[in-house]
Amino acid sequence: MTAPTKSARTIPTAFAIAEALRIAMASDPDVILMGEDVAGGGSRPEGTDEMGGILSVTRGLVREFPDRVLDTPISEMGILGTAVGAALTGLRPVVELMFMDFIGTCLDPLLNQASKFRYMFGGKARVPLTVRTVTGAGLQAAAQHSQSLYWITAGIPGLKTVIPSNAADAKGLLLAAIRSDDPVIFCEPKGILFLSTDVPEEDYEVPIGTAKVVRAGSDVSLVGMGATVGMALAAADELERDGISAEVLDLRSLAPLDEDAILATLAKTGRLVVVDEATPRCGIASDIAALCVDKGFDFLNGPVKRVTAAMCPVPFSRVLEEAYMPSAARVVEAARGLL
Amino acid sequence: MRTMEPTEEILLVAYRTMRTIRSFEEKLVELVTRGKLGGFLHTYIGEEAVAAGVCANLSDDDHVASTHRGHGHCIAKGVDVRGMMAELFGAGSGICKGRGGSMHIADLGRGMLGANGIVGAGIPLATGAALTAKLKKTGGVGVAFFGDGASNQGAFHESLNMAANWKLPAVYVCENNGWGEFTPTEFVVPVADIAERARSYAMHSLIADGMDFFDVYAKSGAAIARARRGEGPTLLECKTYRFAGHYVGDTLVYRNKLEADHWINHRDPLQIFTSRVVGDRLLAVEDLQRIDREVADRIEEAVSAAEAAPLPDPGDLLEDVYVQR
Repeated sequence: MTAPTKSARTIPTAFAIAEALRIAMASDPDVILMGEDVAGGGSRPEGTDEMGGILSVTRGLVREFPDRVLDTPISEMGILGTAVGAALTGLRPVVELMFMDFIGTCLDPLLNQASKFRYMFGGKARVPLTVRTVTGAGLQAAAQHSQSLYWITAGIPGLKTVIPSNAADAKGLLLAAIRSDDPVIFCEPKGILFLSTDVPEEDYEVPIGTAKVVRAGSDVSLVGMGATVGMALAAADELERDGISAEVLDLRSLAPLDEDAILATLAKTGRLVVVDEATPRCGIASDIAALCVDKGFDFLNGPVKRVTAAMCPVPFSRVLEEAYMPSAARVVEAARGLL
Repeated sequence: MRTMEPTEEILLVAYRTMRTIRSFEEKLVELVTRGKLGGFLHTYIGEEAVAAGVCANLSDDDHVASTHRGHGHCIAKGVDVRGMMAELFGAGSGICKGRGGSMHIADLGRGMLGANGIVGAGIPLATGAALTAKLKKTGGVGVAFFGDGASNQGAFHESLNMAANWKLPAVYVCENNGWGEFTPTEFVVPVADIAERARSYAMHSLIADGMDFFDVYAKSGAAIARARRGEGPTLLECKTYRFAGHYVGDTLVYRNKLEADHWINHRDPLQIFTSRVVGDRLLAVEDLQRIDREVADRIEEAVSAAEAAPLPDPGDLLEDVYVQR
């Protein structure tokens, strides 16, 4: 299904996510929301306004679906484990894990439970669980609220991991995630949450596992995910001024990975830069570099370049955080080095 | 508390369940000795009255989450021993197609959410099943079996807090067998009874003699009825004992033989049950003997079928990782 555009409005990603949640809950009574502050006081009788989560993404939903928006204690292990049990027995929970950094307190329900049941129980179980979680640096949130840890979940067989780069894809990917019978980690990069794009009003899905060429080019491929797609597009504009034609591929899904789309753009340009907000070791960028060497060696006209975060904790000070993060300038530099 | 007297039918099922667990696992030990089975096996022998007593109050619409010591819960919840035996042989006809093994036997149709290799991990799963029952108004309950060791995990405390707060139809059955792997419970638990931990969550709690089917049946029945009435969860501690070691092959160097002998010779749940039902003329000795023979035959048949069953096709290695590829 592709996104129809006739009724599009320009809204931020955070609103597009809320819209997807509203559509999913209205169309399926088994969909529930669980998480810290997701109702946020909205069901109290005094008539106070509610928080609707740390970034107010779910504000208002508790009024529409009072029995299905559940404020939880600050107990990530309990929340995730309970959601997995609920998913296994007939509900379709959407959990808000406030920041992906907090996965350290609740990895077991994902690592050893949700991801394993389908396989380990001989193909009889379904775990239709979605975990929404905020990723990425750029807000001076420092070392424990800024990490891009999707490489952990993308490396676990049985889990799917998606990461939108814009509001329209966020809505379609989230609807696909919630309706998937497999557990899906839905990453919400800080860098795009409050950026606006045209978002259709309709109910539509972006298929999980499909990358998208968001800018066509012929000299070099820039592969991004989440907030780094914007960096790649900015880099492509800059390169164009030098007469270099860059193609930009938005991965959208990290697991499953659209290998065909990566190899197709590599075959077209022969040069590839992958841009990843995460640390470089054992990550998506390294994985894609390995894919290019393993299955795309004959297409390569040079090395595969990885533009990633630095191999250190995310620092607080603005100048250090900027030095830590990948950027359009670093993508331009890497691409120029290939030509 | 009003004592619920089990019917003759329930007693016959309970005896068959406990005898099946005992015979199934004695057969497993024999098969391991003969080199027929691989993997890690943890036997439930000695704790049969807990699974049999609790599950006698449950139907297929109720969900149970189990532990690494899960054969007893599976059998008591109605999982077919032929499928279980084939699974332990790694056969393609196993209940999990040979992908799970001893620590991952599940049968969702029977409400069995799986044995679990991670200590404490089943507790939030049963909590989630209780959440489903409450929101979908199924009338079902979620039951977590776990050991004294699991009550030291965060998953236990977080789950009990959530279940009590939401008044979920859940029952938390702690099988306190005195040992967390190779460490005595009192070395790592400061409270005298695990049941005391319920007070932190304003949760109802009970303590049962886990070697006595009648006591477990009555107290778990009360807890389950309370959950079904919407009155919230219960922590039920069953005092029991692990007759064998932590796993099959455990040398037991850490355990006092006199302690074990006392439980094995004087507190065997099958002997306690038999004395009671025969002494009180609730069941005839002939009925019990007939069940013993039928169970023995069924397990021999399960072994023969498992040994003859084809192994999985390695070409199917990547099947069922996802529902939708």
